[in-house]
This record gives sequence, C-alpha cells and structure tokens, in this order.
Amino acid sequence: MSRFRKEGKKETPELNMGSMSDIIFMFLFFFMVITTMREASLKVHFTPPKATEIQKLEKKSLVANIYIGAPINKNENTLPPGEVSVQLNDQTIKSEDLVRDVREFIGTEKESRDAQDRDRLTFSLKVDQDVQMRYVNTIKQELRKNNALKINYAAGKKVTN
Amino acid sequence: MSKRKTPGLNTGAMSDISFLLLTFFLLTSSINTEQGIPRKLPPPKADDAKEQKVDINKRNVLNVLVNFRDEISVNGDVILITDLKSRAKEFFANPANDPNLPEKVSKPIDGIGDFQVSKGVVSLTNDQGTSYNMYVQVQNELQRAVNELRDETALQYFGKKYEALDSAAQRAVTTAIPMSISEAPPIDYGSNGAQ
Repeated sequence: MSRFRKEGKKETPELNMGSMSDIIFMFLFFFMVITTMREASLKVHFTPPKATEIQKLEKKSLVANIYIGAPINKNENTLPPGEVSVQLNDQTIKSEDLVRDVREFIGTEKESRDAQDRDRLTFSLKVDQDVQMRYVNTIKQELRKNNALKINYAAGKKVTN
Repeated sequence: MSKRKTPGLNTGAMSDISFLLLTFFLLTSSINTEQGIPRKLPPPKADDAKEQKVDINKRNVLNVLVNFRDEISVNGDVILITDLKSRAKEFFANPANDPNLPEKVSKPIDGIGDFQVSKGVVSLTNDQGTSYNMYVQVQNELQRAVNELRDETALQYFGKKYEALDSAAQRAVTTAIPMSISEAPPIDYGSNGAQ
C-alpha cells in the first residue's frame, strides 16, 4: 500500500523570481536618471586638480565643458608651442581659429538653451592640473569678451584629514 | 473543447536583460563630475574703465602673486601655500583694526544688524607659466578663508554653520563677508591707488 510512502523525497519549492526583475528595473531606472552620458569623447588627458572648497553645479543641463590638456593622439591640433590642446565639443581646435571657434561654441551653447536659462549657463573649464596658465588665460579672455561670465574650475574632492 | 489555460510566460530571461542594461548604465554613469570652484569673470570692456577709476587704498589690497615656479608672494613676503589661508583670513577679518589691514564700513544688513564690512580686495596675479594646479590651490585657499569667516559669522548671528542656513540668511552672511578677488592684469597700486 502506498500509505506508508517513504518520506524525505519532497522537492524544495521553487523560488518565485517574478519580483527579481522589478528590483533590477528599479536599479536600472535609478542609474538611468542620475547618469549623464559623456557627449564627447575625450581627446585630451584630463586629471582635475584637487581642492577642498568645491561646490556642485546646480544643473547639469546648464553646463558647457571646455577641455584643456595634453593631447592623447599626436596628430591633434595644438596651441603653440604645441603641447596643449583645447577641446570644444568633440574636436580640438586650431590655434588660428581659436577666437572664432570659441565664439561659435559660446553662441551655439547659449542658443540651445531657453532664453531665461542663458544667463545661468556655466562654462566649466576642465583643465588638466599640469597645464600652464597661459592657455587658461587665453580661453578666459575669450569667454570674457563674449560675455560668458559664469565659469567653473572643475576640481576633484580632496580628502582632508 | 475544454478551456485551455494560457501558459505562463517564461520571465527568467527578463532579469538577464535588465541586468545587462543595469551594467551598461553602471559603467557609463559618472556621478557628480560637475563640481569645482565657481567664479565670475568681470564684465568685458566698458565697465572696466570705470572700475579702475575707483580709488583703492593700498591697505585695502592684498597682492597675491604666483610666479612661474609656483612660488607665492603676499604683499611682498614669500610664503607657502599652507600659510595663505591664515594670511587671507587675517586680511579679511582684521580683528584688531590694524591700520595696515583693510578698513571697514558699517553697513546695515537684514537679519544681522549693523556689521563692519571689510573693504579688502584680493588682487590675484599669476604668471603665464604658473601651473593650473597651483592656481586652483590658491583660489581654493582664498575661498577657504572666506568660507571659514562666513561660518564664524553665521555661528555668531544665526547659531548655525553657513551651509545649514536658509537662503535669506545666507545672503545676509554673504553681504557681511563678501568674496572679492580681482584678477585684473597687474596694476601698480603704489602709484595709482593711494592718490
């Protein structure tokens, strides 16, 4: 008779995996929301200097980046005497076009924002820590001439003891 | 015919797909890269001429020079970057009303009352060959001096640190301790300023 069936052969019940994907989706949305895609691939080496008094910029959509640093590829355009490149959008600029390119860059960046946001547009100078100030000064002068006065010196957080 | 049950969908692969997406976003995301030291450039040209006419007394100027070897001089003394903060702080605060340190003007401020606002201006001049790192360090130390003074003022009048204040109180503290850095090209304050 099967009445005295051997016990202990019970199978472990399967785990319900249905909510797993919900959890993963939650993670996914979290990262999708906080993430910002790097619009341009970097053409220059950029190690930000470290500072303690840094502030977060209020809105990522109101930031335009200017990269200054040593070029990664040897055949990039450089500023004289030829060790440092300036990258706007996705290309490095030629020294003879510098004035025009910076002006155009500021113009297009301002135009792509709403009228009320234009004054809040910040130009973030992402400058490698080994770059000499002469290049930064040139860019700052151009920004000033074109009335792009809100700038930011990108810096990493220094761990204080 | 009997009613057939709809077979359950196999959702096992769903989590695989979402995992894939998750890893993609994990790898491409960069959290909080937009941080740094915010600054305002002076408006171009026209206003410039006016600005230079303003009589700046010698005692109200802290001349910070950084040369191409990243050495710092403050009003003629060569100092280390670690001493810059205390120098700047002393300059802005002028606690003993030293006649060689900046004058103060009494100014009514909402929420604080009459406050002795310093007229001090830091004039920052850097060499073309100064490294960007040193430039940022100098800016950082000056900012640190001002932030510490703001914290002290905020604690004194509002009982909280500057960061914890609401925006109206923050504005009051900012008015009390202004951050004035001038980065105009080098000017000879000795002959121009004290007329």
